[in-house]
Amino acid sequence: MDAATLIAVVSILTAGLTIAIGSIGPALAEGRAAAQALQAIAQQPDAANTITRTLFVSLAMIESTAIYCFVVAMILIFANPFANRAIEAASQGVGG
Amino acid sequence: MEISPDAWVLHEWRGVQLNATIVFTWGVMALLALGSWAITSRLSTEETVSRWQVALEVIVTTIRDQIAEVGADDPGRYLPFIGTLFLFIATANILAVIPGYQPPTGSLSTTAALAICVLIAVPLFSIGKRGLRGYLRSYIQPTPLMLPFALVGEISRTIALAVRLYGNVMSGTVIVGILISVAPFFFPVVMQVLGLLTGLIQAYIFAILAMVYIGSASRSRQASDDPSIQDTGD
Repeated sequence: MDAATLIAVVSILTAGLTIAIGSIGPALAEGRAAAQALQAIAQQPDAANTITRTLFVSLAMIESTAIYCFVVAMILIFANPFANRAIEAASQGVGG
Repeated sequence: MEISPDAWVLHEWRGVQLNATIVFTWGVMALLALGSWAITSRLSTEETVSRWQVALEVIVTTIRDQIAEVGADDPGRYLPFIGTLFLFIATANILAVIPGYQPPTGSLSTTAALAICVLIAVPLFSIGKRGLRGYLRSYIQPTPLMLPFALVGEISRTIALAVRLYGNVMSGTVIVGILISVAPFFFPVVMQVLGLLTGLIQAYIFAILAMVYIGSASRSRQASDDPSIQDTGD
């Protein structure tokens, strides 16, 4: 197995792990936030507007951790800087 | 697969590349500017008001109300900046229903530029409100030990603002691209609809967070314990 293949294997595995582990936390947190917000709206329907607005803002905040993981996974798969370097090194090794 | 409209070069002239991000950004800007110019050139205070004017009034008053609810005492001061952020991002995301269009917010350059606008606007509004001394003193409240944390928070929330918007819009585009190759026709449409919803929500979030940052920096310390929404620098 040459370096480029090894890098590809590790990148794909890591991308899968990144998105898998990185989505568990935000999923739990978003469910908890939504449940609490629904409970709060059920108790105080008058404050529904404020609660909904704060809920949206906090959901976006929580979701951004999952989005960071997604961006990292995308970089690993589609724009991996190390893969390009390995391919360059391999082509130089063949050419020189 | 292209994960950014930056890579899509429409025109190249003597080494100057005109990519899709620039073209669509100017398209959105032209649409917003021409649209609001066409509407506001025929404003009336008579009994008959054109429906476009009503729509514009609804948008402006809604943004003003939202700014006021987040805790600014004079929404008119922040309305141009926050309203522009919201309208630009929302229009850029909604126009994704047009085939062949790629939202410029799906490029990290655009979102980083918007986030840097917020980074600069926070001290400007704060200095305008509390003076230079008052603004600088907010960094060493309650103790000077907090100075590095405040500085890191300032940088990290700007990065978070940029990457959040970029990641959301880009993920929508990428997921649709993947689904088209896996399960064509129906599921991509559903994800597009979801993408429209997240696009609007992200525009709202971006504007609201910018307002929260500006508000928390420019509010005086006594009034800063507003329980409705707190500054979370994440």
